[in-house]
Amino acid sequence: MEYGFTTAAYVVAAVLFILSLGGLSGQESAKRAIWYGIAGMALAVLATLIGPGAGNWLLSIIMIAIGGAIGWVVAKRVQMTEMPQLVAAMHSLVGLAAVFVGFNAQIELARVLRAKAEPGVHVFQGFAAVLANKTPAEIAMLKIEVFLGIFIGAVTFTGSVVAFGKLAGRVDGKPRKLPGGHMLNAGALGLSILLGILYCAGVGPAILWLILITLLAFFIGYHLIMGIGGADMPVVVSMLNSYSGWAAAAIGFTLGNDLLIVVGALVGSSGAILSYIMCKAMNRNFVSVILGGFGGEAGPAAEITGEQIAIDAEGVAAALNDADSVIIVPGYGMAVAQAQGAVSELTRKLRAAGKTVRFAIHPVAGRLPGHMNVLLAEAKVPYDIVLEMDEINEDFPSTDVVIVIGSNDIVNPAAQDDPNSPIAGMPVLEVWKAKQVFVSKRGQGTGYSGIENPLFFKENTRMFYGDAKDSLNKLLPMID
Amino acid sequence: MKIGALKEGFEGEARVAVTPSSAGHLMKLGHEVFVESGAGARAGFSDDSYRAAGVTVLPSAAELIRSVDVVAKVRQPSEAEIGQMQPGQTLISFFYPAQNSELLAQAKEQGITAIAMDMVPRISRAQKMDALSSMANIAGYRAVIEAANNFGRFFTGQVTAAGKVPPAKVLVVGAGVAGLASIGTAVSLGAQVYAFDVRPEVAEQIESMGAEFVYLDFEEAQDGAATGGYAAPSSPEFREKQLAKFRELAPQMDVVITTALIPGRDAPKLWTRDMVEAMKPGSVIVDLAAERGGNCELTIPDERHVTENGVTIIGYTDFPSRMGAQASELYGNNVRHFMADLTPKKDGVIQHNMEDDVIRGATVTRDHDVTWPPPPPKIAAIAAQKPKEKKRELTVEERRAAEVAAFKAETRSQVTLLVAGALVLLVIGAVAPASFMAHFIVFVLACFIGFRVIWNVAHSLHTPLMAITNAISSIIILGALMQIGSGSWWVVLLGALAVLMAGVNIFGGFLVTRRMLAMFQKS
Repeated sequence: MEYGFTTAAYVVAAVLFILSLGGLSGQESAKRAIWYGIAGMALAVLATLIGPGAGNWLLSIIMIAIGGAIGWVVAKRVQMTEMPQLVAAMHSLVGLAAVFVGFNAQIELARVLRAKAEPGVHVFQGFAAVLANKTPAEIAMLKIEVFLGIFIGAVTFTGSVVAFGKLAGRVDGKPRKLPGGHMLNAGALGLSILLGILYCAGVGPAILWLILITLLAFFIGYHLIMGIGGADMPVVVSMLNSYSGWAAAAIGFTLGNDLLIVVGALVGSSGAILSYIMCKAMNRNFVSVILGGFGGEAGPAAEITGEQIAIDAEGVAAALNDADSVIIVPGYGMAVAQAQGAVSELTRKLRAAGKTVRFAIHPVAGRLPGHMNVLLAEAKVPYDIVLEMDEINEDFPSTDVVIVIGSNDIVNPAAQDDPNSPIAGMPVLEVWKAKQVFVSKRGQGTGYSGIENPLFFKENTRMFYGDAKDSLNKLLPMID
Repeated sequence: MKIGALKEGFEGEARVAVTPSSAGHLMKLGHEVFVESGAGARAGFSDDSYRAAGVTVLPSAAELIRSVDVVAKVRQPSEAEIGQMQPGQTLISFFYPAQNSELLAQAKEQGITAIAMDMVPRISRAQKMDALSSMANIAGYRAVIEAANNFGRFFTGQVTAAGKVPPAKVLVVGAGVAGLASIGTAVSLGAQVYAFDVRPEVAEQIESMGAEFVYLDFEEAQDGAATGGYAAPSSPEFREKQLAKFRELAPQMDVVITTALIPGRDAPKLWTRDMVEAMKPGSVIVDLAAERGGNCELTIPDERHVTENGVTIIGYTDFPSRMGAQASELYGNNVRHFMADLTPKKDGVIQHNMEDDVIRGATVTRDHDVTWPPPPPKIAAIAAQKPKEKKRELTVEERRAAEVAAFKAETRSQVTLLVAGALVLLVIGAVAPASFMAHFIVFVLACFIGFRVIWNVAHSLHTPLMAITNAISSIIILGALMQIGSGSWWVVLLGALAVLMAGVNIFGGFLVTRRMLAMFQKS
């Protein structure tokens, strides 16, 4: 096939990918958008298989089939609450694939250069043919790209594996650092850059340098993400998402493949924007989240007076039966308790009784951007009553009852009232302005940030202790 | 425990402390309920309706007091009533311990536990038992109804075939519970309502009820939060300014409702004789503070009279009682909410927890001891309000200057970024080979498109976005596919593994995204 045909197919695929991402602006158009993405991917793979440079079809197709089967099974089986760890796991695969492709590029480059150095006519096939035509300047550039691709890919790989472990609960969610902290990361980074320069300059054994760089990058990815706590995972996962895109773009440069570059750039910028949105929602800057832990204390936090008053299901039910408008604020605790089904049932009953029921979603609720929306959608809560923070924050004063299910820091009034609070300035849902607030919570502990929440001590707040799912199920029969 | 409601002895009192519906709730708490025969008659509850609700009706007050543990009343008890009670019995009623020291002493002698419904602290948790508020609400409503009854015109404005009728102008002085209720009622009758209060922080509440806040330009505004949400006496200068404002308003107003009270003092005189004389004939003044001397100088407590210039002044003190059914219903609910706090386990056993702010505050005598006045509650009633900073209105020129400055700053930062970016690109271009630059253009443009497109993605679709970008980032499969056919077995092995992993991602990513998107449903 002609080179022109492949390029044309790539152009179409790129357009399809852009349309696919653009379609996610609304729930309805999103259902169409996914097909654009699938079509774009199919077209790109087909065009590459039949285009110039590809060989070993049989192996390729077998591998795609095996991989596809695994992907299929995983996608069918995964629970919606496990979505954060699935996304993290998938990032790690992209990262590792980028590392492998980068190594291949170096192996091939070495082979081609060796062959060219020998006298005689050489006929190169596939990727080697592309490399053979490169000028020395282009080869130098290529080495920089290989270095970047492998480095970013390797960081993405171990970072995602650790993120997966934390999200799946297999690794302790608390931030943990080796002695030396960020100096270790900085040292490893400096060393990899040094090795990268050696590699690019062609001094010493290239493959060895690359392997060392990969190991260092593995360490950075591992150590960086180990130092970040569970509730900052939305930022981490979107950051890794971004990295996997940049790795793909770097490999695209290596291979001279525009489609890889375009898609890598799209994915990279998407992840970057998501990280930015998440950081803004926590009023923290990206660097401080990535470096882990909260910023320095500005002073003693304001003292909280009063007591937490508990309430039983009967009391909550009575208040709900009297209420006209109800807002439910879900958080990670809802996902942990798998309470979305019970929440949905409660919503259905309350709506059937003619009450206005809405959901308020904070951008960083849960462990993944948009996590709560997906869980509620799974439980068949209609998406038009699920609102963002900015859409609903004004409505709290005119709301009768707010039910907070498993969220803590995102409803903490200290963010607004107490300039000394570690989360001061973070945008929060102003639930305390409602007439009555019920907080469904396991016990009296503090949230992820370890900050006491004055909301729980407010006059109009009642604590509804217990597992969220059990509590709601107790509540359900009492709603009429 | 046994709870019994007495028939009110006070002349003309129509209320009753327990209604058939509140009795039902009391029984749910595990109590037995009794009433004196005829107790609810004037509020519209017959003995039979009590019996139907499961209440035992006893023929006389003496018998009732003998057979119950808790005596519930509306008005403060008479000496005779307290005299019949036994040590250990509990009395719930209005008590006004500050004004009734003799009664307090007698209750102490008798050894009864007296709970004063008027002493329930003003904290959010106790709102449901705040009988003063529920009675004030009724009084405020009734005040407007009485005014309308005595006002010979419409409240609402109308344009009829026979001519145009302007809406009545109503001034409400004091925007407490009663004042706000008056505002709401008058507004819903169609009147044009103005309201005044010495506490500037209630302006928002006044406006939310649909009235216009009469603004007094005075520096030394007081903070009502420090006094438990009640008004405190004002300085003479402030008072002068306030009266001047009223004098200015008096000729325009058709109806004036005064509700200004300061705890523990006589009602302040706010509506003076000259103001009444300045009003139009046919105007009406309703003085809700009549019981404490009245806000209007000409008010005669418990009476309605017409002045020489034809202004009707109403000084009734029994507005809640004039709406006996409603008032009993609300008071009964206040009492049963209080009983609910006294019986936390709902087993009919009273636990008089003196550690509880609400119970402690309302208890005035217990175990031969006067427990009034109570210590300050542990929780401040209302959070102190920070003084609101007045936003200075910018003039047109200032606003324009600010806009121009912002525009210039934005232009400057954009140009700086562009220049810096262009310089970096030029440097790269000077070094890098041409083929690289061709790809680089594609890369930069793709980043641009990416940023534009992703900003439009709905927040609720962020998880599907991550899944889909994940799926398409496995486009890296193209690289592996291109390499797999060439070179050594190392390359083939690594390439095959990369294809495998990307394959997992493509199928897994797209499928899971589709699953998620299919779940989003509209109601």
